[in-house]
Amino acid sequence: MAPHMDLPPTKIVRLLQLGDGEGALRASSIWQCVSCQTCSTRCPKSVDCAAVMDALRQIAFERGMASAAERRTVVFQKAFLDNIRRNGRLNEIELIAAFKGEVFFRDRSLPFLFQDAGLAAQLQKRRKLHLRGEKVRDRGVVARIFERAGGGSR
Amino acid sequence: MNFGYYPGCALHGSSNDYEQSLRACLDALGITLTEIDDWICCGATAAHSLNHKLAVALPARNLALAHAQGCAEMLAPCPMCSMQLLRAQRVLEADPPLRDEIAAVVEAQVNGGPRVLNIIQIFERVGLDALKAAVKQPLKDFKPACYYGCLLVRPPAVVDFDDAEQPQSMEAVVAALGAKPVAWGYKTECCGAGMTLAKAETVLELSGRILANAASSGANCLVVACPMCHVNLDMKQAAIEEFVGRKFGLPVYYLTDVVGMALGLGAGELGADRHFVVAGKEA
Repeated sequence: MAPHMDLPPTKIVRLLQLGDGEGALRASSIWQCVSCQTCSTRCPKSVDCAAVMDALRQIAFERGMASAAERRTVVFQKAFLDNIRRNGRLNEIELIAAFKGEVFFRDRSLPFLFQDAGLAAQLQKRRKLHLRGEKVRDRGVVARIFERAGGGSR
Repeated sequence: MNFGYYPGCALHGSSNDYEQSLRACLDALGITLTEIDDWICCGATAAHSLNHKLAVALPARNLALAHAQGCAEMLAPCPMCSMQLLRAQRVLEADPPLRDEIAAVVEAQVNGGPRVLNIIQIFERVGLDALKAAVKQPLKDFKPACYYGCLLVRPPAVVDFDDAEQPQSMEAVVAALGAKPVAWGYKTECCGAGMTLAKAETVLELSGRILANAASSGANCLVVACPMCHVNLDMKQAAIEEFVGRKFGLPVYYLTDVVGMALGLGAGELGADRHFVVAGKEA
């Protein structure tokens, strides 16, 4: 992933060493990161770069300063957590609807809205589409876990 | 043999072909699974990206449920889930005050919980010699590129499985089935993971390189052990072909598909007939 990043993990770590937390928090790369854990695995200085990326995303999200260029990724992760908070397990159709709806509300991109529309029929044909997602029985405890962890409220 | 079972959301969602394959294959080997009652999502990338406490609490709740249900060893076939479960175990083990805090968050005692296993470890437990002896239909025309992706082997400090750069455990399993795994360079490169919807071009590019390297290395199929990798390499393969301007036509099997086929199960029994890329001449 690093070739596409405005600031690859090495530069993110260097910014932090220099005390420029703001610069790191505003980087697009922290949202382009796919959490493949390669940087943490290979760092010759044993820096857990992937955990640093996680921490930066968490702080940027809390402070509402996530990169505008990578807004879709933030919206997706947030919609994912909202979905889990309600159902306890992921409901894919609900997630896609919430994510696509939110992105369309922000950028009015019709091509993006319908980008994966053809896949629904393909998945249906393969009995991979669940119109009614699963819900856990004890959804109360899931809601309380989210509340105590302060999760997905922004 | 009996194992606790944490399916995770993908296997109960659009990756239900993986669950079908897994159940058929393990059943044929005499292995029974006891699903953890009322398990919840592990939080996946969304939790560890947005909220540290949730990323520990959600897996911790599942570990506590499994423990309370008497589960000593638990199969988590999705590497995202198993990595999250293992990471929570390690974080909580190292930090007793956090353990107390998380116990209050998840309303359950958090004391380690079961040993978490991936699907390759289940086959290792069966034993490669026993597996070989059970083969009814050797996969002599299979030349798979065994694809591990990220979280089966990374980060090594968390998952502690095989070699992080040059794993061989999946090759050992398919070789026991009579297949001839190819040597290739992209077995632990990332497929683009959960970016499928939010940033499809990331998946098209990264998965495109994986398919290209597999094809150039002489593979006639891929074998994976991750539902997300399967989505990106199988479901998105047509889009990838269009994106990179090269035809691959490489079937992507779950490891449990190939073990199941060698044990004499049909593609329909395993759910392999529900993949996007249809089987080529190797099957």
